Amino acid sequence: MSLDQFITEASGYARRVDETFWILVAISCVVVFLLTGLILTFIIRYRRGSDAPRGPLPEALKHEIEIGWTSATFFLFLFLFWWAGVELMAASSPPKDALEIHVVAKQWMFRFQHPSGAREIDELHVPLATPVRLAMTSEDVIHDLYIPALRLKRDILPDRYTYIWFTATTPGTYHLTCAEFCGTNHSRMYGQLDIVTMQDYARWTTAQPEGDDLAHQGDKLFHTVGCSGCHDSPGSTVHAPDLHNLYGRLVQLADGRTVTADEAYLRDKILLPNRDIPAGYAPDMPSFRGVLNEGQIVAVMAYLKSLSTTSNEQGARQ
Amino acid sequence: MTDVTLPFAPQKEVGTESFLDAGHTLISWLTTTDHKRIAILYAISITIFFFIGGIAIGLVRLELIEPSGMFLTSDGYNRLFTIHGIIMVWFFLVPSIPATMGNFLLPLMIGARDVAFPRLNLLSWYLYVGGAAFTIYVLVAGGVDTGWTFYPPFSSDYSNSHVIAAAAGVFVVGFSSIATGVNFITTTHMLRCPGMTWFRLPLFCWSMYATSLVMVLATPVLAMSLVLIVAERAFGLPVFDAAKGGDPVLFQHIFWFYSHPAVYIMILPAMGVVSEVFACFARRQVFGYTFMVYAMMAIAVIGFMVWGHHMFVAGQSQLANLVFSFLSFIVAVPSAIKVFNWTATLYRGQIGFDAPMLYALGFLGLFTIGGLTGLFLASVPIDIQVTDTYFVVAHFHFIMVGGSVSAFMAGIHYWWPKVTGRLYNEFWAKFAAITMFLGFNMTFMPQFLMGWEGMPRRYHVYPPVFQIWHVLSSGGAAILAIAYIMPLVYLTLSLRYGARAGNNPWHATGLEWQTTSPPPKHNFERRPVVIADPYMYHEIGQPRSSHDTSPPLPQGRQI
Repeated sequence: MSLDQFITEASGYARRVDETFWILVAISCVVVFLLTGLILTFIIRYRRGSDAPRGPLPEALKHEIEIGWTSATFFLFLFLFWWAGVELMAASSPPKDALEIHVVAKQWMFRFQHPSGAREIDELHVPLATPVRLAMTSEDVIHDLYIPALRLKRDILPDRYTYIWFTATTPGTYHLTCAEFCGTNHSRMYGQLDIVTMQDYARWTTAQPEGDDLAHQGDKLFHTVGCSGCHDSPGSTVHAPDLHNLYGRLVQLADGRTVTADEAYLRDKILLPNRDIPAGYAPDMPSFRGVLNEGQIVAVMAYLKSLSTTSNEQGARQ
Repeated sequence: MTDVTLPFAPQKEVGTESFLDAGHTLISWLTTTDHKRIAILYAISITIFFFIGGIAIGLVRLELIEPSGMFLTSDGYNRLFTIHGIIMVWFFLVPSIPATMGNFLLPLMIGARDVAFPRLNLLSWYLYVGGAAFTIYVLVAGGVDTGWTFYPPFSSDYSNSHVIAAAAGVFVVGFSSIATGVNFITTTHMLRCPGMTWFRLPLFCWSMYATSLVMVLATPVLAMSLVLIVAERAFGLPVFDAAKGGDPVLFQHIFWFYSHPAVYIMILPAMGVVSEVFACFARRQVFGYTFMVYAMMAIAVIGFMVWGHHMFVAGQSQLANLVFSFLSFIVAVPSAIKVFNWTATLYRGQIGFDAPMLYALGFLGLFTIGGLTGLFLASVPIDIQVTDTYFVVAHFHFIMVGGSVSAFMAGIHYWWPKVTGRLYNEFWAKFAAITMFLGFNMTFMPQFLMGWEGMPRRYHVYPPVFQIWHVLSSGGAAILAIAYIMPLVYLTLSLRYGARAGNNPWHATGLEWQTTSPPPKHNFERRPVVIADPYMYHEIGQPRSSHDTSPPLPQGRQI
């Protein structure tokens, strides 16, 4: 393992973060040298008993100096905030066609699920020069996926989705690791990121044993665990909403609020169905907690998205 | 009692019985309501905990010399860094300056006989001892492994360690903070002696006042967050369990709403101490006194609005991240102003390099680096890279150890003659100050580097590429340990062998120096009246030579 696996700037974003970092380092050095210089000058020149002239400062001057360095500091900080803020905003939303990979973390491993259905543990293959969006959730405590070479880090929360996205520019093998303390083997929860060319990525996915892509796996689950008994079943006596084109749409709730049917909403509907009931429906859906594991929820979600013609667009809005 | 206007010569009070002679039995100490004796009870307690916390992290640093560990299990490692954090934050740093120097000096500095509620003051120490008992129980019973931050759902549902007892200890010790805070606020409002207007208060008193406000307003929120953790862990109340509709991130909001202001509970008193020390050893009025006051109050207030910068990677919205980033830059402005003002205080001074001044200069340098690296963490993209790495560890140790502990040492050395009436060995004190500064930098500078490169914190085993930095850091920690043991030795020895200090060995102007050292039980024989601003050193206009060899100060202008 070499330091390159950590400090290489493997994306354009990483390069820009480093630029901001070095600007801050430069400013800090200037401040430290100025202050150290002043302090050293003062304590040498005005050491006890030296013959340097002394005397009180004029009051007015004192005031001006105070105002002066207060506003100078304020504007410098404002500039730094703006600089860093621009960086942040530029990186905030992934392109619509990002490749979506699901991450499920648990004590003490990362599992990655590709759209093709391919699965891997503690190792993540991503294609070069392609926007990749990671949708992450945890099966137990809070974890955090940290990829130093991409300068990216995001907490992975139980029963919630968090996202990061990146476009890798430098092929190679990099370190990925858990950055939020998660118990006994926290420090052994790490793996590697393989940034490969698109051709190699395609070759790799087809070589995986999983036959079906995620959406098809989800389709099968949809029918085997019983979702299709009520949803998507015209003959059913149960009044259940049609799930076509649901993902990404606005949903009117029984209590008058309107929410977007995003991943977090759909996940809640599967696991906590009686929360946020849509207007016009009875709270009579059973919870699928314990029936579907995190990986299967990912698959069902992929299936639900595939039912929606606007899914890509909506996914990008996350 | 008649009011007299200062000056009165402290010498007139020689022969008054000191507070130390007001009772020599153990029971006289355990039942005392004298703020000075309670300060000493606190000083002994927090020193014990400082060394327990220090031993815990000493073992951690030893273990980290080898990338794959040497003698600890991962569970053992996790418990050691957790207990280090819990003890150092709540049983050392939070009470450190307020409960010892604040207790001892606040009434003296404002010319009062005691704090406003002397019995509440004693109760606050007993609460501390109560909380400490829980923590000692946790240590003996096998420890706790959640980190000092107690994040659920790990702490509430997954940890197999003594979370409830540890949370109970922190909960109880929190009330000791609140009691101290209430006492100090009331004391400052009600018991200032005639002539001691708000803007004649020494900056140390202002720092105690600002700190007390934060203690009273923020600590109850910590108590709430801990009660909720215990409720979930012990009774299954699903506040933070997302599977039952709770919210794991909610805890982080509540916790940091206390714990970020708590950083200011730890650093504001330090700012107060070094303001006194710089003025005294530069023989100058503190530059920009009113700005210093407003800066401290601004830090205390804005400090309540920046907690979200601990959650830049926790899935907060971009807007929330931007707002908290902005406020975090803003809260850094008053801290920067204070650094400039301390530097300017040195200008045209008559600077002496006694031990307290060396510690205070160390504070100035280390606090500046701690503050500057805070700007890195306020920038969201940089924070994303370095949060939860050793960069953050180094940053807050620069503030809390480089800053607060250096100032604590400066204060201990400055007021030691006041408290004990004795002088310590000046050579060893200077030697310890310099060793501490060097050892500190050697310990924590490498942590900035490896943190930036991607070394996560709270890691028992780590990629071998970072070994060089860990070895350097552990070497620095060994030096630091020696530097911390030295004062324990020479200060203890000074109690028996130290030369008599006289009432005012530093020729300081503070009201606390206008009575005998050690002070009598009720602080002043006659009620002082204040007739001038604080820090009128420049009017003295002559170099202060050490240890009572110079002619007595011109009298008349106090504080």
